[in-house]
Amino acid sequence: MSEKTHPLRKYMRPQVKKTTFCPGCGAGIITQALLRAIDELGLTMDDFVFVSGIGCSAWIPSPLLNADTLHTTHGRPIAYASGVKMGLPDKHVVVVSGDGDLSAIGGNHLIHAARRNIDMTVILVNNGIYGMTGGQTAPTTPYGLTTITSPYGNAEQEFDISALVVAAGGSYVARWTTYHPRQMTKSIKKAIQKKGFAMIEAITQCPMQFGRVSKQGSAVNMLKNYKQNGIRIEKAAKMDPSELQGKIVEGVFVDCDKPELISSVAALQRRTGGKE
Amino acid sequence: MMGNQACAEGVIAAGCGFAAGYPITPASEVFNALAKQLPKAGGTLLQTEDEISAVCTAVGASWAGLKSFTVTSGPGISLMQENIGLAVATETPLVIVDVQRLGPSTGVPSIGMAGDMVQVARGSHGDYQIIALCPESPQEMFDMTVQAFNLAEEYRVPVFVMAEGFVGHMRERVVIPDESEIRLVYRKITQGGEPLTRRDFLDPEVASMPVFGRGLKTHVTSSCHDEYGMRNLSDPDVMHRYIMTPIQKILSKRDRIVEIEADYEGAKLVLISYGVVSRASRQAAAMARAEGLKVGTLRLKTAWPFPDKEVRAAAESADFILVLENNTGQMYPYIKAESAHACKVGFLGPQVLGQIHDPQYILAKIREIMK
Repeated sequence: MSEKTHPLRKYMRPQVKKTTFCPGCGAGIITQALLRAIDELGLTMDDFVFVSGIGCSAWIPSPLLNADTLHTTHGRPIAYASGVKMGLPDKHVVVVSGDGDLSAIGGNHLIHAARRNIDMTVILVNNGIYGMTGGQTAPTTPYGLTTITSPYGNAEQEFDISALVVAAGGSYVARWTTYHPRQMTKSIKKAIQKKGFAMIEAITQCPMQFGRVSKQGSAVNMLKNYKQNGIRIEKAAKMDPSELQGKIVEGVFVDCDKPELISSVAALQRRTGGKE
Repeated sequence: MMGNQACAEGVIAAGCGFAAGYPITPASEVFNALAKQLPKAGGTLLQTEDEISAVCTAVGASWAGLKSFTVTSGPGISLMQENIGLAVATETPLVIVDVQRLGPSTGVPSIGMAGDMVQVARGSHGDYQIIALCPESPQEMFDMTVQAFNLAEEYRVPVFVMAEGFVGHMRERVVIPDESEIRLVYRKITQGGEPLTRRDFLDPEVASMPVFGRGLKTHVTSSCHDEYGMRNLSDPDVMHRYIMTPIQKILSKRDRIVEIEADYEGAKLVLISYGVVSRASRQAAAMARAEGLKVGTLRLKTAWPFPDKEVRAAAESADFILVLENNTGQMYPYIKAESAHACKVGFLGPQVLGQIHDPQYILAKIREIMK
């Protein structure tokens, strides 16, 4: 019997035989969406530099992807990626990291990278909880949910990260759940091609931690929940906010073209005579 | 020329490709000058949202293949510490100029004190070695900035220039040599080869750097990794090498790195100092000698790796070591550890913290000791 190889295996480091993800984790779906996007765009791994921080989803690019990868400290991948992009303006710089990494400890870098509109793709993997450290409350954890660090229910309001990045100045912002991998793939393609700051908020199931504390249980149940409660932004716009309680608004939040940092810096260098 | 301006001239002369910074007194003039000069010289810069981002972007740009730089003062160094550790762990060439000020906390921004001497070497968690140089004049702000880039590129390590606010704001004549006379070092870059066959990390002789963007498919992680850069959190031997090899990389080359200025032949009392205090120290020694007192000086141009042998040699030739520092004695325990076996050791801070040592004040102490 001939051995079959996954068509996307060629994008992964040959020596990496397994991932670190728990059974039922959505990271595999997001990895596929990312690699399909690269494949469909006809790009190679040498066109990319991947940067990640700390947390489960930071392991999507590192060590898995057969490309230049930089695995950094907690919260800082966007800052590192900004430096990489300044030095390699012709490469696609992609950050893959979690909601805790990018919106809690690293929130300042997220909003300022969006404000600068630096050409970069951020795949923000949002599982609504700190998974790796054992199920603590995140800025994205729903109000009232019981977690390890909110044993009497989460007293805090949750972050709307996509709205935050839209407000901060991102050029392309989309949110999809792992129930919508095709739409996610399409958005990642758009994000990579976008000259400017682009973020995909990938809502994903963490059956091990979030599924346990939310009583949603298995990955299948969580995906069913995404199917039932996912609602397109176009439709949500016509609904009363009270009707959107517990819904996940999905779609493209912004897709526009505006001055981008790297191009502006290059123009500045030409103006001062520092570049031909 | 102002010391901070001289530093910026050094950054340009060294061929820096990327500078990151965040405004902070008394260091701001360095980045201000670079904002004007670096783009013309073909480099780019980013005024970041904070000092954490400054050090991270500089490390990122270094992995993109550029000579990278950031400049700050004590509070900024405090914020950078975790990611200085990443630069150490990933063996990233990087120059950080610290124009030090009075602390703790926000302290007095415009008053120079050598408050960060230990935190740059020991402030990030874990065990490691960095290189730190101590300029005493605007001229050395230029010279040591260039030297810092050379050391960073040669050894793949963060290198600090430990200026004090006084040196940063001091105005003196600075000679900037012709471009052709400045020795510049560039990192060795990995040329091809499969990732699993390339030993790009943990080489005591300094591995070539597999910079991004060249199809090398480099794996860089700040977590424990092996010689190939691959994460390994289970093998005790790898953990040992992950910590020890970057330390040995610096310590085994310490004779080539460490620079001192020794002028204590026949002296019974040796004044040990670094940075701006060295100027007062030299003057006090000259005044003491004029009185017939046998006083010499040892100036640590390199603070880290610590000049242990050089301090020991001074201690073993003298009866008394007097340590002069522009703080309450940060390097003093390290100096004492290398000299107390051989002679008496004392410490003299400034007469009032925040002021530079008055040579007369040092002289009075010398007279008291040698009475």
